[in-house]
Amino acid sequence: MVKKTLFELNSIYRDNLRITGYKFGNGEPSVCIVGALRGNEVQQVYICSQLIRSLKIIESHGKIEKGKAIMVIPSVNTYSMNISKRFWPTDNTDINRMFPGYNLGETTQRIASGLFEAIKEYKCGIQFASFYIPGKFIPHVRMMKTSFEDVEDAKKFGLPYVMLRTPRPYDTTTLNYNWQVFGTNAFSVYTHETDNIDIPSAMQAVNSVLNFMSLNKIIDHPVVGLNESVVIDDKDIITVKSKTAGIFSATADVNQHVLRGTTLAEILDPYTGETKSRIKSPAEGTVFFRHNAPLTYANAVMFRILPDKSNRSITTP
Amino acid sequence: MVETIVSVGLPIDENLEIKKNRITPLKPLTGNEKRISIVTGIHGDELEGQYVCYELQRRINDNIDALAGIVDIYPALNPLGIDSISRGIPAFDLDMNRIFPGNENGSMAEFTASKIINDIKGSDLCIDIHASNIFLKELPQVRINELTKDALVPMAKKLNVDYIWIHSSATVLESTLAYSLNSVNTPTLVVEMGVGMRITKEYGNQLVDGILCNMKELGIWTGETCIPKEPIISTDGKVSFINAGASGIFVPDIQHCSYVEKGKCVGNILNPLTGNIEEVITAPEDGLVFTLREYPVVSEGSLIARILKTETKDEA
Repeated sequence: MVKKTLFELNSIYRDNLRITGYKFGNGEPSVCIVGALRGNEVQQVYICSQLIRSLKIIESHGKIEKGKAIMVIPSVNTYSMNISKRFWPTDNTDINRMFPGYNLGETTQRIASGLFEAIKEYKCGIQFASFYIPGKFIPHVRMMKTSFEDVEDAKKFGLPYVMLRTPRPYDTTTLNYNWQVFGTNAFSVYTHETDNIDIPSAMQAVNSVLNFMSLNKIIDHPVVGLNESVVIDDKDIITVKSKTAGIFSATADVNQHVLRGTTLAEILDPYTGETKSRIKSPAEGTVFFRHNAPLTYANAVMFRILPDKSNRSITTP
Repeated sequence: MVETIVSVGLPIDENLEIKKNRITPLKPLTGNEKRISIVTGIHGDELEGQYVCYELQRRINDNIDALAGIVDIYPALNPLGIDSISRGIPAFDLDMNRIFPGNENGSMAEFTASKIINDIKGSDLCIDIHASNIFLKELPQVRINELTKDALVPMAKKLNVDYIWIHSSATVLESTLAYSLNSVNTPTLVVEMGVGMRITKEYGNQLVDGILCNMKELGIWTGETCIPKEPIISTDGKVSFINAGASGIFVPDIQHCSYVEKGKCVGNILNPLTGNIEEVITAPEDGLVFTLREYPVVSEGSLIARILKTETKDEA
């Protein structure tokens, strides 16, 4: 393992910002794994730390294939992480809206550019992503439909689902999108948590990345916990919103199969504790996402339901 | 008449309400009146538009007989942001000007954006007033996507601004209010002027003069108006950017809106810890400094100034 500083930004009063990478093996840039791009992505850093632990052992046993190099970058936005902010401390810009970056541009464009230059040659790119709404997902791999995506490769993670998403205008400046456009086979891996550490789903993510590398003959490591991934389209997932604001009290959790009309949550009056409304499932299916903040707004996304197979546009696993 | 165009419940004993004030002529409406919408406050730290909304209404009310059309004023599209000095939508940390046209079935923010678009849609002209951010001071200007320049430049020329910047199309800008409204044939001009968290009364008065000129052109206003300034019109190729090459404290050596010659000192980046100058920033071109750094603390890459290249001062 070689620890490398991939990019460094000087600061007048803080320690320099360093993007640190851990490189395993030598040769063809095969897989690059990026953890936190935002300051609140603690779970993503943790997953990378566990992956680095595993890869150190694998490398020490000579189990990284000859001529293959792996890079793990646990955190990009350490400045925000150290002061409990999500976005860049001074101007609140999001590094994951700055790719491919510009080395003569603004600060976060330079950071994005510095990172992208260091990792764009990798054949595969994996990012541990987070959603803008606080909540919990069924662990899955997500790919943007850029016409460069490789769904069969995504199944090698062995996570329960592979989700395809049609990019929206704001997606075009993300790492995942630009990786794909510049020729890297890019995947985003979602787990249960973001701001807190959830060890079981973190370990599932670690194993999924090791599975992916084993099945692509980059490491020689046993494949464990391999699910036969179901391929789904983001547009098939039904969004369920709250009609009222108040205290959110969930009665259903992710991965739970629900019938049409099943109560998923209650919204309580914050002063009297009375039930203001009940959120019911609009279809028979599996809870794919669940909001997890204690308070909710009206019209906020509370759940996302994956309908049973017969109601999806992609019906083959 | 003040109307609530969208109301969304907040968790504890409060509603998020976005309001507009509709000002109509004293005479009964015929249904054929033209409509102008004045919109501001998408970014909670941009306040220049607040004075414009007030001053425009003051002038209309002082001469209400001259009003011949409908004026809709939306002073706070992001009321939670303005109240909490947050640029984006608080709690979500979301840039509201990246979620348009919104979605009636989407999240709270997308739902709100969709209601805003539906309410403004159909206006004969919409003016979306921005105030840069807390870091940069801007000369009063209109920014126009090159895709819509043919329709919008004639209107922008009557807005009494100093500068019209026709910029290239970027996919990410497709999520803005202006792009979304222009896409549904509601002509929308984006004004940038002044600096975040402050009000520059002089710029506000200048823009109100221009809004009245456009209202007169549309047949909404019959009162006296000024002769609009002849703005400089340019494309991206004529704009030169200066970014900080070092971190430190930027102290300008020039005034905002002044002309500089190539090589002239724009300012210095200082290191108060060591007493050294980290970088002497010089102008890369002759031209007009239409953007200048206002906030002193800079990191490598921070934007210091934008210069509109000119061959001579007289030509500009």
